[in-house]
Order: sequence, then C-alpha cells, then structure tokens
Amino acid sequence: MNRRTAHRWLRVLRTPMGRTAAALVLVVLVLAVVGPAPWNARADAVDTANILAGPSAQHWAGTDNLGRDIAFRVLEATRLSVGLALAATAIGVVAGLLLGTAPWLLGRRLGRLVTGAVQIAIAFPGLLLALFFAVVFGVGATGAALAIGLAGAPTFARLVQTLLAGVAARDFVAAARIAGVGRLRILVRHLLPNIAEPLVVNATIGAGGALLAFAGLSFLGLGVQAPSYDWGRLLYDGIGVLYVNPAAAIAPALAVLVAGLALNLLGESVAKGFGMDALVGLPASASPSPAAAAGPAQPAAERPADDAPDDVVLDVRDLTVSFPAAAGPIRPVRGVTFSIRRGEAVGVVGESGSGKSLTALAVSRLVDAAGRVDADRLHLLGTDLREGDSAAQRRLLGSSLAMVFQDPASSFNPTQRIGRQLAETSRHHHGLGRRAAFARAVDRLRAVRITDPDRRARQYPHEFSGGMRQRAMIGMGLMGSPALIVADEPTTALDVTVQRQVLDLLTAIRTSDAVALLLISHDVAVVSEVCDRVLVMYAGRIVEDLPTDRLTTGALHPYTRALTAAVPRMDSPLDRPLPVIPGRPVDPADVPPGCAYAARCPLASQRCRDEDPPLARHPSGHRVACWHARPEPAHAEAVRPASVVEAS
Amino acid sequence: MTAGPAPAPEIGAAVEQAPATGASPFRRLAGHPWSRFALRRAGRLLVSLWVLVTASFLMIHLVPGDPVRAALGPTAPAALVAERRAALGLDDPLYTQYLAYLKDLLGGDLGTSILTRLPVSDVVGQRLPATLALATLAFLAAVAIAVPVGVVIGVLTRRGHGRRTEAAFSSGSIVLGTIPDFLLGVGLVYLLGVTLQWLPVAGNATPAGYVLPVLSLAVGPAAILARILRVEMVAVLDADYLRTARAKRLPARSLYLGHALPNAATASLTLSGLILGSMVAGTVLVENVFAWPGLGTTIVRSILSKDYPLVQAIVLVYGLGVLLINTAVDVALALLDPRSTIRED
Ligand code: SF4
Repeated sequence: MNRRTAHRWLRVLRTPMGRTAAALVLVVLVLAVVGPAPWNARADAVDTANILAGPSAQHWAGTDNLGRDIAFRVLEATRLSVGLALAATAIGVVAGLLLGTAPWLLGRRLGRLVTGAVQIAIAFPGLLLALFFAVVFGVGATGAALAIGLAGAPTFARLVQTLLAGVAARDFVAAARIAGVGRLRILVRHLLPNIAEPLVVNATIGAGGALLAFAGLSFLGLGVQAPSYDWGRLLYDGIGVLYVNPAAAIAPALAVLVAGLALNLLGESVAKGFGMDALVGLPASASPSPAAAAGPAQPAAERPADDAPDDVVLDVRDLTVSFPAAAGPIRPVRGVTFSIRRGEAVGVVGESGSGKSLTALAVSRLVDAAGRVDADRLHLLGTDLREGDSAAQRRLLGSSLAMVFQDPASSFNPTQRIGRQLAETSRHHHGLGRRAAFARAVDRLRAVRITDPDRRARQYPHEFSGGMRQRAMIGMGLMGSPALIVADEPTTALDVTVQRQVLDLLTAIRTSDAVALLLISHDVAVVSEVCDRVLVMYAGRIVEDLPTDRLTTGALHPYTRALTAAVPRMDSPLDRPLPVIPGRPVDPADVPPGCAYAARCPLASQRCRDEDPPLARHPSGHRVACWHARPEPAHAEAVRPASVVEAS
Repeated sequence: MTAGPAPAPEIGAAVEQAPATGASPFRRLAGHPWSRFALRRAGRLLVSLWVLVTASFLMIHLVPGDPVRAALGPTAPAALVAERRAALGLDDPLYTQYLAYLKDLLGGDLGTSILTRLPVSDVVGQRLPATLALATLAFLAAVAIAVPVGVVIGVLTRRGHGRRTEAAFSSGSIVLGTIPDFLLGVGLVYLLGVTLQWLPVAGNATPAGYVLPVLSLAVGPAAILARILRVEMVAVLDADYLRTARAKRLPARSLYLGHALPNAATASLTLSGLILGSMVAGTVLVENVFAWPGLGTTIVRSILSKDYPLVQAIVLVYGLGVLLINTAVDVALALLDPRSTIRED
C-alpha cells in the first residue's frame, strides 16, 4: 500500500462513521476466525430442563426447542455466516471480473454480446436472480453461495467494464499495445492494478450485501440446512417461536443487522473518503452565525447631491455583502453607493471577482440566504427593500424589477414551456387567470420580436436558439411594467451577431418606456455603447463613477485607465499585443488595508498602501476613489477630493 | 408605484429577427425522435423478455438429475415418473420443448403443477392479487414518505445551509436504507405485534394486517429515495433557472413544489426504477415473514418441494413485473423531461 492510499485509509478511520464501521467489522471477523473454540460446546449443549426458555442470567437470549443456548448459537453462527458471505462475494467478484474483462479480451463483436447480456441481467433485482440460481443449484449452503455470488456478478461486471473503459483510453495502454504487448498481459499488468482500489471498495459493500442476502435465503429455508446453522437459519427457527421466546428471533436478527451494516457502512465510508467529498459523519464545522458576519462598518461614502429626488428609481447607500467563512466573514462587496434615475442606463464594469454581479444580485434581493446584505439605504421606487419578505414587496419586485441573467440556456426551467414560465409572473402578481396570463405572455414575446409567438410560447426552452431565449428572458421581465432592468452579463454567452440584437432590444425598451437599466459587464465596449454612466468596480468597491463619453479620454482612476487601455478599439493597431493589466485581482478573503489597487497601481505611494481612499466627488464631476486622481498620470500632487470622509 | 400590467410598450423595429435556427426543421421532424425512442425502448423490452422466457424455460433443464424424480421423491414408482415426464414433454428434443413452451405461453398456458396437478395459471391468478396489493401499497407509502422528507431536507440543506442536518440525515438514511426489509419486518412484528399487540402479524384478512408488511417493505426504499431526492433538490435549488424563478418573486410554495420538485423528481426517477424493481423482489421475503398469501410464499414453497413448473411461472411473473416497471420508468422519464428523447443517443 503506497503512502497516499494509507493516508486516505487513515482519513476514513478518522470519520466517526468510518471508525465505528471498521471497529465492528474487525469484531465480527475476529469472532469468525478465533471465536468458535470457547463456546462451540455450549452452543450445542442440549438442556432438556430448559426448553424454549426466555432470556435469563444463565441463557442471555433464552433457549431453543432442544434447550440449547441461543446467545452462544448466534456467536457460533458467526463463522458460517461470515464465511459463506465471503465465499459468495468471492464468487461474485471472480464471475464479475470474467464478465467485465471479457469485452477487453474477446474483441469488439463478442465483447458487445457480453456487455449486452450484463446489461439485461442487471435490470433484474439481485434477489430474483438469486432465487433463479437457487433453483438451478439446489437448496443448501453451496447452492445458496453460488446463487448469491452469481446474482451479484452482473453489477460487479458493469463496474469493471466502466472502470476499464476509463483506464484503457489512457496513453500508456495505447503505448503498450503499439509495443505489441498482448491484451491479457496489458490487462493483468496495467489495467487491473489501476482499477483495484474502487473494486476493493465495491467488494466490501458487496460483502455486506451478500451477508444480508444469505441471511435472507437461509431465512426462507433455501440456504443453510439443519443441523448446520447460520444467522438466517437461526432466524428461521426463531420466528416460529416468536410468541414463546422472541429473543430467539431478535438475537440472530441483530447479529445480521450489525454485521451487514458494518460492512456496508465501511464500504460507503471508504468510497466517500476516496471520492474526496466526505460529508457524511463529518462533524459540522462551527460556522459563524450570520450576526457575527456583520463586520466593521464601512466608511460612509459621499452622499448623493440631493437626498431622494422623485425620478430616482434605485437608491443604494453603503451596500455591503458578506459571507461567513472559517477565518471570519468575507466581504466581496464593501460599501457601494449609487443611484439610478428613470430611464437612465448605468453600466458596472470590473474584472471577475470585483463584486459587480453580487452587487446586482444584492440590489435585486437575490443573494442566497447564506450571504448577508447590509445597507444604509436600499430603495426601489421609494420602497425600502431591506425590510422582510412581505407580499407587497414581492409584488413590487416582481412587477417593477426585471432581471436578465448571463446564461439564457440554463436560466429557463427545462421542463416547462416558455409561455407558462412567462405567464407565471402575471398569475402570481396580477391575479390573471391561466388564459389571460398566457395571452399576455404571447403578447410580450411579440414585443421582444419573437416571430410566431403563439407557437413559440408552447415550446420548451431547448427548442429556442440562444438569442431567442435571451429575448424571451427580457420578455419575462416585461410581463409587469418594469421601472428597472438589471442585466447581468446579458450577452456574454451569445454569438457576436446575436449580442447586437439583444443590446438593441434593451436600448429600444429603455428609450420607448423610460425604463432604467443596470448593465453588469466585464466588457467595457458593450457598456460604453449602451450606457450613459459607468461605475467601475474593483475589489468590492466603486472606484470611479463617470459619464460613458469620458471613459476613454477623461478617466481619473488609474484602474479605469488600465481597463480602457485593455479594450481593443477600432484604431488600435492590430499587430500590437493588447495591453493587459499587470498583476492579479484582489482575493475578497484577503483585502489589503490601504487602496486595494495599490499592488498593481503605477502611481501607488506610501499613503495609498496605508489608507483606503474614499469615493469622493472630483471637481470634474466624477466620483473617484484615489489619492492621486487626475486625468494624466504626470502631475506630482494629488487633487484632494472636495469632501473626504476619513477612512477607517 | 406601477404594479399592474401596463399597456405593452411596442418596441421599435430596431431589432432584427434572429434566423429561426432549429425551429421549423424541428417541427418537421417532431414525430421523429419520439418514434425512434419508442422503437428503441420496445426493442430492448422484447430482447429482455426473450431472455427472461428462455431463462425460465432452461431453468428446469439446468437442474442436475431428473427434475420429476426430484419432485416426486425417491419412493415414487418409476411408471409415475415416466408418465409425468411425458406429460411435461421432457422426453422430446430440446427445441421441440422450447417451441411448445413458447406456444403455450402465448396461449396463456403456464403448465401444470407437478405436485397438485392444478393449472399453474390458476395458482398464479389466485396468488398474484395479494402480492400486487402489497407491492403497490408499499410503493405508494415509500413515495409518500420520501417526497416530503426529501424536499424538506433538501430545502433545509441547500447550498451553505444546515450542515448538521445534512450529516444527520445522510447517516440516518444510509442506515435505514441498508436494513433489509425482512429484518425490519421481524423487528416490527416483535415490537408492534408481540410486545404491544397493536397490529396483526400474519395474513391479509383485515386492513390492519397490511400495516406491518407495507411498512417493512417501504421504509428502506423510502430512505434511499429521500436521499436521492435531497441530493437532486440541492442541485436544482442551485440551478440558474431557480434563480430566475426567485427573480419572479414567486412564493416559496411555487418555487419548491412548482419549479424545483418536478426537476428533482425527474432526475431521481432513473434510480427509483431500480429501487422499485428490488421492491418487487423484496415482497418474497416480506411475504414469508408475515405469512402473506401471495406469490412470494408460493414460490418458496414450490422451490422447496421442487414443483418446477410453478417456480418457472412465478419467476416469469416477477421478471415481467420488473421489466414493465423499468419500461414505465423510462417512458415517464421521456414524457417528463422534454429533452430526454433528444439527449439519448
Ligand atoms: S489610491 Fe493610490 S494606489 Fe490606489 S489607485 Fe489611487 S494612486 Fe493607485
């Protein structure tokens, strides 16, 4: 056993379930091997004065119809029960290996026949196969062992086939074959050693199954015959006298149960341990309660100019999203403040991991309950969204806020027709009947330019093309009367030609009905084409908030400039490599104390590394979070923002 | 606040129509994947049936020695053995017997019991209803237990929730799922029948007599089903389309029962077919615990008395049941998941 394997076995033994199961299996095996000697005399000692007695100090589980001690008989039966189960397992493993390797050894045509036969046999439950073979091999211990072994063979054979197919595709096998090594030799030398581990694990589970099956057959009277006895036979005898001495049935039943469970659970634990995702039986790590995840308050960023003007659709102040983690809460969004007016299109750009998508989910109240959303203010159309999940709030969000997600292929329920999925909104929030809601769905599909919407509404999502699905998703948002569309990377998963249609559709909806748009994208080109204003996010914060037309020429933040330089433009020379932003994005679990961009910033000074710059209004009208904010990276002294709130 | 459906904003003609890829060709071929699926599935059923029938035919020939002599015992007169052999056609060439067997089978004739000389089809017809009732009730009970448990635990342990609940449920369901039905039966008989004397422990004379056998048969499969369903629920609850459903602000009931459960159930269906099949076989053991007047007690008795025609017929009935269940599960899968016919090769 190499060290890696030993290590994994150790890990299995460290789980409570694995440890218990292994200990029980050990006890059972020891009983089977060394056990019988001390008590086989007592197990067969006839005590005619004590026939069918109940449990007593002398006979723990009472006696049978010859006055023999049940408890000792159960212990004595361990050897035969375990031995027969192991024999049956061995038969099953050998037969399974023969059947499973046959396709490899016999070549394609014969192999396919064997595979087909295994396929058919596997459809029948093991017990049925065992009964069939029990008839053929005759009633008795040998017959039953053969029957149970052969009944388990198809399952094992299929496992071998699957594993072999995986290994046989690897390079070293091809190399060996080219070198002229025979198939049998490759099988024994290269293939079997590579699949031995899962086979052993499955054989362990199989042994548990065989033990239970053997008990079953003996219990039916088809297995071990008197005067021999295994647990199943004892159970068969005990059930007849259940009213006189229940212990005569319960004791062997418990023995079967403990041994069978132990083998099964050991196999399961090993499978889990080796499969790397041992969740069963692992002590749940003490996860911090959501309350502990609140974290220190973020510096209150600059206040918007006027408190809450009438045409503000979405007003967000100091929004923070945190997730509990072992080493304290992680905050992928840290104090984001912005607002969107009626009909305004605002883009959010940033690298992946900047918190832009999470910001979108947080303002739409779709962050998974494991995450915690805090904000000083989170208003949609003047309604506070921070309060609980009331019906009125659901209705507001359901009708006034439309969501468009990145991957239209997975964002529709694959088992429901498109029309029904659209109609659902109106049925729940507007009290429309089935037919009226469906009619509206058809109408909305037409509104997003889907031809033949009547027929399309009756189709399933997989019958739509990617672009059509995304338009249908937008149509879903139009079932109500949205004031805001939140689109999270709506075109990333689409072809270039289809991207254009979706962007045009969003623009058309926005201008025709003054719907505000919050467009999340990693693509600066997309955002600058569609949006009026851009929020640049880095490491969970807004670092710059500027009009789109200033993006390429008037950006103040070094990161914004780097980002726009990384975008290919029509006039950028094609033969020159695209500029990339040097360095790596910040890990949300490990945010530096000062400016998060300092490690990658060409202008970083000591102050940048010590103090986090607040997002403040710059004389040019942008909001920017940088100690050295300026249009050209040349001047010496930074322009101090007008109103600075001290960083924590 | 504008919460009602507003007049539809007509969007300017800026949007160009996408080429309707896959739309009209699909319609033309609409019947195609379905008929292909039906053909393939029917073919598999037929081959399996043929294997089953042939195996049950060969069973009597694979038994070492003379099956009739074995059935009638060493004291039976040679003339009687010869007569029964002839009646069973055992002296004919194998292929003649095979053809005769197939012909009888198609005509609904399952042969005659060696011991009782009663038509086997009568015995089966008399015993089948009790087994069917047991299996059906146990299946319904298993589903009735597994679905609510699986859904509730799935919701409680969705990503990032209820670690402790998940660990407890997984261990518990593994243990419950491993306890064999007949041991559970013995335990239930002891507890509720003998000690507490609440319920009858044998036969199906009263409705109360169904409780313990049905429970013994249902608990294990219910535990396994609930476990599968939980895993699928957790996966589905994390899916993008569930986020879409949440974005529609549907109440929890529609989220979990309307969107998540059907998908999770569909994904669980394949495995539940296997469980159902083993439940059919499980009736054999449970019937013998509870002296149930069904096929399970009959097949054991006839194996012990070597009444081979009866054994053959009952193996055939059980096997047929399993095959029909497998087929039904596949068809249900194809109907429930509109992609499955296309997804399959
Ligand atoms: S604050 Fe300093 S480190 Fe951060 S972006 Fe500005 S100049 Fe660079």
